[in-house]
Amino acid sequence: MYFDCIIAGFGGQGVMVMGNILAYAAIREKKKVTYMPVYGVEMRGGTANCTVVVSDREIGSPIIQRPVCAIVMNLPSLEKFGPRVRKGGLLVVNASLVPEEEIRFRGLQTLSVPSRELALEVGNERLANMVVLGAAVQKSGVVHLRSLKKALYPALDRRYHKMIDMNMKAMDRGAQFVEKGR
Amino acid sequence: MKQIFKRPKALVDVPFHFCPGCHHGIIHRLVAECIDRYKLRGSTIGVASVGCSVFLYDYMDVDVLEAPHGRAAAVATGVKRACPSNFVFTYQGDGDLAAIGTAEIVHAANRGEHITVVFVNNTVFGMTGGQMAPTTMEGQETTTTPFGREPGTNGYPIKMAEVMAELTGTTFVARVAVDNPKNLMRAKKVLRRAFETQIKGKGFSFVEFLSACPTNWKMSPERATRRIGEEMVPYFPLGIFKEDNASGV
Amino acid sequence: MAEIEFVKGNEAIAMGAIEAGCRFYFGYPITPQNDIPEYMSRHLPEVGGTFIQAESEIASINMMLGAGATGARAMTSSSSPGISLKQEGISYMCGSQIPGVIINMSRSGPGLGGISPSQGDYFQATRGGGHGDYRTIVLAPYSVQENYDLTMKAFDLADKYRNPVVVLGDALLGQMKEPLRRHKYRKKKGEKDWILTGAKGRSPRLLKSLYLSEGELTEHNWRLYRKYQRMKREIMYKVEFLEGAKLVVVAFGSVARILKSTVAMARDKGMKVGLFRPVTLYPFPYAALDKLSHKVRNFMAVELNTGQMVEDVKLAVGHKKNQVDFYGRPPGSIPSPDELLEEIKKVYNKRVKK
Repeated sequence: MYFDCIIAGFGGQGVMVMGNILAYAAIREKKKVTYMPVYGVEMRGGTANCTVVVSDREIGSPIIQRPVCAIVMNLPSLEKFGPRVRKGGLLVVNASLVPEEEIRFRGLQTLSVPSRELALEVGNERLANMVVLGAAVQKSGVVHLRSLKKALYPALDRRYHKMIDMNMKAMDRGAQFVEKGR
Repeated sequence: MKQIFKRPKALVDVPFHFCPGCHHGIIHRLVAECIDRYKLRGSTIGVASVGCSVFLYDYMDVDVLEAPHGRAAAVATGVKRACPSNFVFTYQGDGDLAAIGTAEIVHAANRGEHITVVFVNNTVFGMTGGQMAPTTMEGQETTTTPFGREPGTNGYPIKMAEVMAELTGTTFVARVAVDNPKNLMRAKKVLRRAFETQIKGKGFSFVEFLSACPTNWKMSPERATRRIGEEMVPYFPLGIFKEDNASGV
Repeated sequence: MAEIEFVKGNEAIAMGAIEAGCRFYFGYPITPQNDIPEYMSRHLPEVGGTFIQAESEIASINMMLGAGATGARAMTSSSSPGISLKQEGISYMCGSQIPGVIINMSRSGPGLGGISPSQGDYFQATRGGGHGDYRTIVLAPYSVQENYDLTMKAFDLADKYRNPVVVLGDALLGQMKEPLRRHKYRKKKGEKDWILTGAKGRSPRLLKSLYLSEGELTEHNWRLYRKYQRMKREIMYKVEFLEGAKLVVVAFGSVARILKSTVAMARDKGMKVGLFRPVTLYPFPYAALDKLSHKVRNFMAVELNTGQMVEDVKLAVGHKKNQVDFYGRPPGSIPSPDELLEEIKKVYNKRVKK
């Protein structure tokens, strides 16, 4: 198997930690993985982003021009990375910050996640990134949801470990959204 | 018959290459006497600098490391941190320490490195042929201040001992001269205190020696030695600028 | 079996250094390698080591010179502008034959340039970099695991040859995270009979680079030259997709990593393209490339600069009817595997499919 994705959003939305958790989940499943926080002029464009590559074979480039999947947490990220997703690929959009009418890419599967509402349901709007990540993993099948949840332990700093339960619930909620459509 | 004068053991039995009337030979001897006195021959690591002082290793019967120009204090930092029980000293001229090596000496002092710095101030770049040093006196003619050092364009002679004393990290700071027997005896005592500062683990010690350079001053050895008292001491006062009283060093 | 950790490239270097017995680190902050001093400042004290944040890169390299002279394993790290400042010290260390490890997680130049990945320091690293006719061994990792492994190896090579060793990475190799398998370091045997420890019970030792007597310096430089020749035993390189290759792409470090994907893509499209990756940039694997040129005629150097390593490729294979093409991306941006595929296609169509 081979999977790559770019996760992008505003600084502070937790896109780097999303990438890290996904990478740890892949390691749990004994897959090869690279994680690359994107460097260069992009850093000044107001978006933070990272690239995660998962494969069962040795990975070449950690930098990807045309990813199989993009997870975009805000409008500038959609505009930047939406057009770069490979034909037939998956575009996961944070519908709480991106208006539906902006998502008009042909030949892609798109998944709009009302992350803020779902996160509030779980208990805290700051869990929006975990909701989106849970949804993206459920939709793409890149790793198992249970691997993703277990990856919280190594990926999060110890001082956030008391929040792991909440994070798991948020991931579950995202996955449930994919399954049930609500 | 009792022998009252002999070569210190830490000094190798070879003739100095220094010019007639140069004070480096005397200062080398004082350092060697201290190494003998405190039985440091087997534990000393000397750091030689660039300038007339570079040949330290030809004269001292101890391990010596050559430092790039101006970097002796940084090199000595690495040596002392790796070998804290060894005695580590640098021997640097004024071009080396007070021009190109200003950053290194200030920060080694500020960190309070447990090293001893022997600083030779002869107001001129000796080895390269008598160019202006940061310590060159106002009005002094050198090969690069042919009309005399003019503070408006060249700045002022820098008083390193005073600068060192200002730094919180230093423990012992003094300025001495070896231009007459009285000053020489005093220099000897002061250098011992600098050595003791390191031996007792008290921190950074710094001794500035006012030194003659008859060749580049274009003076006779006698005239050059007189210049120290007449011109240098009034601007570069002798004395101990800082000492660790509490420890009775 | 050692546990697999998920580690940033810069941290893998610091981990490898400590595992290899590095107990002294001297550095000055500069992006994109600050994770190295940060890691060292946190973890060296745990093993009784010393970390100093020096006043400059110049002071750092000279502190390393001092520590190295006493036989301690010491390291400094920086990025391109800082490495320029260290060249004075590296030259003295080569002249005085003092070992030490220098990490260059290089960035784009010239001048302050930028912080994006670059291979613009190839000449500086492989041709000495400072004044005088000297060389340093240069190792070029292309993964987080190699950052760790090659840093460990760098300490052994530095001691073996009494010479500084440079590990040349860049922002990409420093910032990316990958799984890392740590392993135990096995210390190489060998007494250091030249180190300064105080002359107790022996005659004094001297480490210097100044030789003024007639003929002395020439003899010293011949000795160093013979040492550089002996370093050829350490040559390392990796090859992939060489079976039936009609075009061999030569690249090192981060761009070689990107090309690993590109070459796989080219093979999928039926293009017979192989990849040759020097791991030691000095000594450069001239002989191995030359040997390869008996089977393959077409070579293409790809670099994140406007043409540096390509000169070594030409020295190795630029004879007979061999063709050496070049694609360079000047410092400032990174090419994607797709972009590089287009460049390789152009050369392939010109040289192979005519």
